Amino acid sequence: MIDRFEKIKRKEREAAAGVDYTIGVCVAASCLSLQGDKVLDAFQEGIEGPKEEGSPPSRCRAKGVGCLGLCSRGPLVSVTKQQDQPADDQSRVLYQDVTVDDAPRILEAHEADKTVPDILCPTDTPFFERQIKIVLENSGKIDPTRIEEYIAADGYHALLEAVTEMTPNQVIDEIVRSGLRGRGGGGYPTGLKWTTVAKAQEEKVKYVICNADEGDPGAFMDRSVLESDPHRIIEGMTIAGYAVGASRGYIYVRGEYPLAIGRLKKAINQARRQNVLGNGICGTTFNFQIEIRLGAGAFVCGEETALIASIEGKRGQPRPRPPYPAELGLWHEPTLINNVETFANIAPIIRNGGDWFASYGTATSNGTKVFALAGSVAKNGLIEVPMGITLHEIVEELGGGTANGHQIKAVQTGGPSGGCIPASYFETPVDYESLKKLGSIMGSGGLITMDETSNMVDVARYFMEFCMAESCGKCVPCRVGTVHLHNLLDKIYNGKATHKDLALLERLCSFVSETSLCGLGQAAPNPIRSTLRFFREEYLDLLVDEPVHAISEEVAA
Amino acid sequence: MIKQKQAAPPSDDVRWRFVMATMRRNGFRRSALIETLHTVQETFGFLDEESLRYVASSLNTPLSQVYGVSTFYHLFKLKPAGKHTCVVCTGTACYIKGSSNLLKQVEKDYDIKPGETTPDNQISLLTARCVGACGVAPVAIYDGTIQGELTADKAVALLERYQDD
Repeated sequence: MIDRFEKIKRKEREAAAGVDYTIGVCVAASCLSLQGDKVLDAFQEGIEGPKEEGSPPSRCRAKGVGCLGLCSRGPLVSVTKQQDQPADDQSRVLYQDVTVDDAPRILEAHEADKTVPDILCPTDTPFFERQIKIVLENSGKIDPTRIEEYIAADGYHALLEAVTEMTPNQVIDEIVRSGLRGRGGGGYPTGLKWTTVAKAQEEKVKYVICNADEGDPGAFMDRSVLESDPHRIIEGMTIAGYAVGASRGYIYVRGEYPLAIGRLKKAINQARRQNVLGNGICGTTFNFQIEIRLGAGAFVCGEETALIASIEGKRGQPRPRPPYPAELGLWHEPTLINNVETFANIAPIIRNGGDWFASYGTATSNGTKVFALAGSVAKNGLIEVPMGITLHEIVEELGGGTANGHQIKAVQTGGPSGGCIPASYFETPVDYESLKKLGSIMGSGGLITMDETSNMVDVARYFMEFCMAESCGKCVPCRVGTVHLHNLLDKIYNGKATHKDLALLERLCSFVSETSLCGLGQAAPNPIRSTLRFFREEYLDLLVDEPVHAISEEVAA
Repeated sequence: MIKQKQAAPPSDDVRWRFVMATMRRNGFRRSALIETLHTVQETFGFLDEESLRYVASSLNTPLSQVYGVSTFYHLFKLKPAGKHTCVVCTGTACYIKGSSNLLKQVEKDYDIKPGETTPDNQISLLTARCVGACGVAPVAIYDGTIQGELTADKAVALLERYQDD
């Protein structure tokens, strides 16, 4: 098996050695929306198209690559010089806002070992230099549609090592040692979850599920990973299957991500052909199959028991836990559910060891976290930073402050289940515990920045409208409570509410969060609570005085 | 085990073969319901009563459950869409960057609400909760193609090209 990997590696190296420059055009959804595919076509035409008589063969090759990070300046194009291999971020040239007309200019310049200065994207900025890439190590470097490039970048080597040289327990030990915690937002120790599933009775059928139902509005990390490096998820899941003793896996992907679904399907087929998935993986007796299940646009399906119901073909409604899916999951069998980013961390941990992973981050939150930086900051895009970095560093240094000259007022983490953190708390390190203390959560990694022009009551109302629409309707506190919370916020925002309404709002918040069945309802009041905590004056400004007769009635009573 | 007789497709339309193929691939198990409904919607554009009944009997699932599932999930449409669709993203990043103005403008100019289709059956207006292209917010999807960095005027201008064809 290792021979076959070496052969693929050698072939890839030879292909790269035939040219002087490799041009990578971002073909992830964001850049595609800005005609990234046409830019790639333009490059390919420029290289392979008709040439003047006697001109030397082109010194460049062009390929599609995954997300290059700085989505707001797309389409992005990277040019890597051959002797710089293996390229790190600093040694390649990056172009931003590339149009179809720029392609010939870039080609021409690099044929003459020059660059095109006017569309050059500076890579010596904190946005690029402060990042540490574990999950995104291949993003923007390899062609996501070719398994050969993933293998050439040491892909599937961790799987080979796990199934041929390690016992399942050793694999789990390595994950435990890494201190990896669930990247879907909850932060449950991954090693512990794996141990629980592995300990379930041996004769039981077990399942591995990858939660790729990225429902938080404003979060696109999972989409990017799936589109840029789909094999990483397959490898992570297969290692998980080996470790816990499962032979079947499901990837539950949002139906809204057609590109990611397509690339995953392709990747699964390629992996089967290379014998790193399917029966007798890498020549061993270990079998593992992966199937894709499509979500159909229900936010609640991100909750694990609802997701399981959805895979079973039912309405995505959660059920009370315990029993947790680790004991009683898909078709009442022990099931391991992890998020996309969690699985994306598995292969590097096996390859480099748990201690290596634990050397990044803080004492309680190890490793890195991918954030989708969006909103009012100058630089929107995908970043991977070590845990423990402060919000100030993310927003002001990596994000480059606001684009429009306004002051950044708050960041919102964790989507509709998270909270708003005001600028005065920006020195807070980003880890699971610190964010929780501020009434927010790590969440899956959406980080929305807001400037002074955003009204926090409006923001809270926006999230409550979302929760109201997405409530599955199973339990009353969530189904009815979110509607009333939304109505109250609407009343406040439209300047019709009194102090009494505000008191009712606060009471209802604790009621809904304490009595709802699942995470959706329990966390739904978080945006209100955190904005009330840090931006109470914005609520008070909108309140009107009680009508006179109401006050006199109270006095009389 | 008694082999159950397969329900015949509602019509001779060859497109039912795609639906059959999905169900067969999943062994006609009840768990294939969502997958099958996806295929029906992909092939026919929406789910009508006829197809729901057919899927229900083929998968041996109560019609109530099929109807429940198809109304629970936002992606399933029980009404035919117009010739063209415009999906405005109302995710957080787009909201912060003014997607509500964009939506209002389209609603006003075409006199339709999200989920509705223009009377001439040309354009269906829909909303989505984040399409994951937050870096170029606000965005809308026109017939499957994502358009980023929109303004209200630009969003309407992109719709105007659908008017005449």
